[in-house]
Amino acid sequence: MGSKIMTKSPVPQNPMPAERLLELDDVHVHFPLREGLVKAVNGVSYHVDKGEVLGIVGESGSGKSITARAIMRLLPKRAAPPTGSIRFRPRTGEDFELSGLDRNSRAIRQVRGRHIGMIFQEPMTALSPVHTIGTQIMRTVQLHMGLGKVAARARAIDLLAKVQMPRPAQMVDAYPHQLSGGMRQRAMIALAISCDPSLLIADEPTTALDVTTEAQILELLKSLQSELGMAIIFITHNFGVVADIADRVSVMYLGRIVETASVDDIFYAPKHPYTQALLRSIPRLGVDQGRRLPTIPGMVPDPFSVPEGCAFNPRCGHAVAGLCEVRVPPEKRFGAQMSRCHIADQFVQEPANV
Amino acid sequence: MVAFILRRALLAIPTLIFISFISFVIIQLPPGDYVTAYVAQLRQSGEYISAIQEAQLREQFGLNDPMLVQYWRWISNIVLRGEFGYSLEWNAPVSSLIWDRLGLTLAISSVSLVITWLIAIPVGVYSATRQYSFFDHFFTVFGFLGKGIPDFLLALVLMWMAFAYMNLDVGGLFSPQYQNAPWSLAKVVDLLAHLWIPLVVLATGGAAGLIRVMRANMLDELGKPYVETAYAQGLSESKVVWNYPVRVALNPFISTVGWALPALFSGDIITAVVLNLPTTGPLLLQALKMQDMYLAGSFILILSVFTVIGTLISDILLAWFDPRIRYA
Repeated sequence: MGSKIMTKSPVPQNPMPAERLLELDDVHVHFPLREGLVKAVNGVSYHVDKGEVLGIVGESGSGKSITARAIMRLLPKRAAPPTGSIRFRPRTGEDFELSGLDRNSRAIRQVRGRHIGMIFQEPMTALSPVHTIGTQIMRTVQLHMGLGKVAARARAIDLLAKVQMPRPAQMVDAYPHQLSGGMRQRAMIALAISCDPSLLIADEPTTALDVTTEAQILELLKSLQSELGMAIIFITHNFGVVADIADRVSVMYLGRIVETASVDDIFYAPKHPYTQALLRSIPRLGVDQGRRLPTIPGMVPDPFSVPEGCAFNPRCGHAVAGLCEVRVPPEKRFGAQMSRCHIADQFVQEPANV
Repeated sequence: MVAFILRRALLAIPTLIFISFISFVIIQLPPGDYVTAYVAQLRQSGEYISAIQEAQLREQFGLNDPMLVQYWRWISNIVLRGEFGYSLEWNAPVSSLIWDRLGLTLAISSVSLVITWLIAIPVGVYSATRQYSFFDHFFTVFGFLGKGIPDFLLALVLMWMAFAYMNLDVGGLFSPQYQNAPWSLAKVVDLLAHLWIPLVVLATGGAAGLIRVMRANMLDELGKPYVETAYAQGLSESKVVWNYPVRVALNPFISTVGWALPALFSGDIITAVVLNLPTTGPLLLQALKMQDMYLAGSFILILSVFTVIGTLISDILLAWFDPRIRYA
């Protein structure tokens, strides 16, 4: 099992375009477990441009969060060393080869919190229960911006005001358990944007919140994004949320990106049967009343026995025998749209009925 | 906070009355009384005492009175005059017997507590952050051995080794020539030369268990999302570990600080007997065996007071340390 350490794939030397902020190329994250090798992230490539919101949609276990952690070099310790290239160029202009950085290296610690902020799903547990939110924000600000205590506290209050926390001057001394879920997520966002990062990774930030609060947090993220000009990777399993906030969308299934497109193309011209099936299974007001909602047949395969060829082929209505279960589909490009499907061309002429 | 402390202090009074009564009754529950035990002891050494003398002793000690009367006589003296009564066996005031030994007991116990914590917390943190590493396994073995070997056995082995291989004078806290000598530099050095065995014994036993507790707490905390948040802020590993999960993982330690107080007082009785230490533990054991009820009762009463105060201190410390408790 230990011999399965893979050699680092050659780093593509073509320079990143000027507008590029982050570029992932063929990233793999594997977990050698007792039950077998889990390829949680199996060759993921995507990019984020400056000031852009990339939505990443996928079911639980599709590898969307693990990819984000590969960017932050915060993978669980039982993961094998990730391979592939991750390049990052924040607004300050330095080039970071994140894929070459060690989990505890000084370089990655300068990226975390300073150039890349991260917010998490559970605002309840993602903040330290024994420190005030002010202390937690101040610690980051003091670390990266070299501010003194007084200045850091003033900045913490400013940040809380910026995320529309009521009474920021008092709330800076509040403990997480004294806040509501929405307020906690606001505090978490204040912490993540405290050093004006170029990129914010939001890992299902609204999943644990009720719908009203979710809408408020999304509004807040959108206004912060345009105000601060930062890019966002927005990870979610909710297409509605993605439609609201994202410029482009990548859909993940079993460790691979199956389709990437602009938010309009994803909703109106999806070119992967999985995306199409997901969209069909969203309930809509006033449509198909009294009929069963279409679902995707079968179950997500268990991670130890991912199907050969296209991982989606056993559940796919369009699967071509002798092809889809044999060969991994290549990335087919249609302008800015990408689909990993053997028969993606077929959906160009006759837009799928979704 | 003040109201909380006051309320807790008031609640302590009925608790203490109840404990003192129950312990007084339990000490006297075994058949016979102090005079029976005393007579039996005399017989063993070949002396004889007549039934009349026995009855006189009982009368003199007030052992014929109803238990409630005896209890009242004892407790009212404590409350009104601060006197803990008279030890029948030692023929001396209880307070002088106890306070004499208390200083050394407190010294040994508090130093061993500090050593225990100094070992247990860093080792527990290390074991958790480097789970399944060589040293984690090493400390795990040490932990189970330390927990599994009875303290008195370890004390015996250490004494034997110190005596047989290092030719050291062991047992007790002083060499004979310093036993009753006034305090001097030489006496302190002599004390330190004797002190290491009880300290090693008490600290290993305590640390072994606490390492496991600290390790388990840390493993729970290290998996929590707030630790990942701290890493995502760009803090270094040592800053993350010591500022966040350790802070939370220390809670159970703080909540048991209170128990340290009565434990300091009673010491580790068996170890103290084996090592012939002039601490309070062996005194209590002897008092219980002889049904010396005023000595034993006072002892248990003082222990209870320490327990109640210790718990109160723990609660206050915990509230100060963990904001979630403060506002609950």
